[in-house]
Amino acid sequence: MSSTSTDPRLSGLRAAPKKRLTLSWSDPRLRAILWQVVIVGAIAGGIWYLVSNTAANLEQRRIATGFAFMGRTAGIPIGEHLISYDPAINTYGRAFLVGVLNTLMVSAIGVFLVTLLGTFVGIASLSKNFLLSRLCRAYVEGMRDIPLLLHLLFWYALILTLPTAREAMMVVRGVFVSNSGVRVPLLIWDPAHGWAVLALAAGAAATWYARRRATAIQYATGVRPRVWPVAVAALVVLPLAVWFAMGAPFALEMPTKGRFRFEGGGSLSPEFIALMIGLVLYHSAYAGEIVRSGIQSVPSGQWEAGGALGLKRGTMMRQIVLPQALRVIIPPMTSTYLGVAKNSSLAVAIGYPDLVAIVNTMLNQTGQAIEGIALIMVVYLGISLSISLFMNWYNARMALVER
Amino acid sequence: MSTATTTHSAVSRRERPPLLVAGPVAWARANLFGSFWSSLVTLGLTYFLIKFAVGFIDWALIKSVWTVPMDPATGKLNPEACRAAKGEGACWAVIWDKYRFILFGRYPFDEQWRGAIVIVLFLGLFVVSAMRRFWRRELVLIWIVTLTAIGVLQWGGVFGMPYVGQDEWGGLPITLILSTFGLAFAFPIAILVALGRRATTLPAVKLLCVVYVELIRGVPLISLLFMASVMFPLFMPVGLNPDKLLRAQIAIILFAAAYLAEVVRGGLQALSRGQYEAADALGLTYWQKMGLIILPQALRLVIPPLVNTFIGFFKDTSLVLIIGIFDLLTSGKVAVADPIWQAFSTEVYIMLGLIYFCFCFSMARYSQGLEREFAKSGGR
Repeated sequence: MSSTSTDPRLSGLRAAPKKRLTLSWSDPRLRAILWQVVIVGAIAGGIWYLVSNTAANLEQRRIATGFAFMGRTAGIPIGEHLISYDPAINTYGRAFLVGVLNTLMVSAIGVFLVTLLGTFVGIASLSKNFLLSRLCRAYVEGMRDIPLLLHLLFWYALILTLPTAREAMMVVRGVFVSNSGVRVPLLIWDPAHGWAVLALAAGAAATWYARRRATAIQYATGVRPRVWPVAVAALVVLPLAVWFAMGAPFALEMPTKGRFRFEGGGSLSPEFIALMIGLVLYHSAYAGEIVRSGIQSVPSGQWEAGGALGLKRGTMMRQIVLPQALRVIIPPMTSTYLGVAKNSSLAVAIGYPDLVAIVNTMLNQTGQAIEGIALIMVVYLGISLSISLFMNWYNARMALVER
Repeated sequence: MSTATTTHSAVSRRERPPLLVAGPVAWARANLFGSFWSSLVTLGLTYFLIKFAVGFIDWALIKSVWTVPMDPATGKLNPEACRAAKGEGACWAVIWDKYRFILFGRYPFDEQWRGAIVIVLFLGLFVVSAMRRFWRRELVLIWIVTLTAIGVLQWGGVFGMPYVGQDEWGGLPITLILSTFGLAFAFPIAILVALGRRATTLPAVKLLCVVYVELIRGVPLISLLFMASVMFPLFMPVGLNPDKLLRAQIAIILFAAAYLAEVVRGGLQALSRGQYEAADALGLTYWQKMGLIILPQALRLVIPPLVNTFIGFFKDTSLVLIIGIFDLLTSGKVAVADPIWQAFSTEVYIMLGLIYFCFCFSMARYSQGLEREFAKSGGR
């Protein structure tokens, strides 16, 4: 190093001398290491203390450890299951899976509806119509200042005061509302429906491709070819043609009133309905507020520029303002989605069989609290992590590309 | 509106503005009937609002039952009048009969004045903490004194007040205790965790703080409460079994600390580097730098989000219902489990909703006002 330098005094300045760790209290690095050893040691000690206590307690109370119970027959009756489940033959493992699927379903539907209603409330609360905007603000304040659990109890109690199944109200033909939930007609499945859905998916792909191509042509020539004829043909005509070609089968299984309960048709339980109403009302208020402040964060010059180009208000919102607002909206919206997923666990209070409710029954039956709670935490951490990762990816896609 | 009327009176002597340009008619034309769709929305909303308001007033005030007579045979209230009005009018008699139970839970009836004082003390504490002239170090002292007084009142056993065990506490005081004590204890932890998460020279401590915050924020509060109610007894030495309320309180503190730590971290990040460097240049130690320069500025910045987080905890304490602790929501739910009042839960839930709403709404308004004030003065 010093061989290339002419002045030996400068060589020391080029590269700071590598400091050796001195065994002195005045060395900040030594202090840092000591502090970390002390803190980590204290926490490790605390954990070791708790673990040893737990081991002693488990031994004294003769509680088994490990996940062997997952293979035993569950015997937990579960009202709603997406996969076939019979408490007499199926295991705890399958009951757990039923719970996970129920939680995932509730979270997914909840996130979808919250986004829909929240976007509507957010945009409507900026409406020029005084009544509409005030009503939306009042909705936001009213809904989010009441605990979610109270929402759930209230809606559940309200549903239970509806008429009994015997005197169920018929809203539309075939749709019955009663205190045992909502009964709807079900489509009797036919292979032709499957093909029609497949055709619809193909049509969606074709539409997507047509839009991409149209944008490319627009960038190249300045003229945007029409997309909607392609969209109509691919999304409406093609599936219908497939359906008609296969004989256009259509039959509904209508729910019919029996003596005490309904026969046939599909059903939504009161627990599920109350959970959905509560979750969506509560979280859409937060989502609406996020959307509103996101839109307001877009400078008014953007609106004016759009107006100068002669765009309609709706077009300006869709093409100019919302894409820019999304960058502000996405991060807080992610935490709202996480909140929906986590708060779906309150279902246990009104008896909807979500993950927490089922695992809670499991740990009451087996006494294996640690394993049960670990299962709940792992599943929710997984859900939270996947939502975060997805939204981070989406956020990166939406982020401003600086030149 | 007020500006419209003043201009109106000022120019009235000369020439009134045309009716369609200023005044209420013009306002309505611009804000309610601006376009075809706007008019349609206005008319539709007005129709539904009037219909809803009329229906609600009819149910809540006109056809409602306020009191029910006592049944002399059983010595209990006779809810026949309420059952007759069911579906058409509200039964506020259930509130009249149960309000003491809803507010104070199973706390001994003759001692419930203590619970009332506790509620007043909490309200006073909130009001004092909200006033900027009290934002000094002495505020910590006020908190310690008030919280001690609340503990003395709740437990009793001194000054001639009979002792009341924690398992008899209930109602609104429990909700306030869980949220306020939760905040008071979580806050110092949150500051330490937030500092730890930014301590680049202590990678092991930083890792611990990150894991703690992300772990807690990734799981629902219910799982922590379950942990407190079923796992906590296993953690303790054999034979020692802490009280249920204390266990729930610890879970809430651990939960709150993780969320508050993120809020505090936001404040620490918002300060410019120059503040840190200036403190270093003065030769302050780490704790002097944090305690005298960084934290006073950072915490002031994050007061509005802190209030919002606190609103969240206030509502989240209702989750202790699931592990069977007698907070406001639980006592309301238990009150309507009484066979006499079983069919009248809506009325009780509306009352509970109003109580929660009053607390949360006033805090939210306060936080919004503070935010506006900070925006004007640049956070000083």
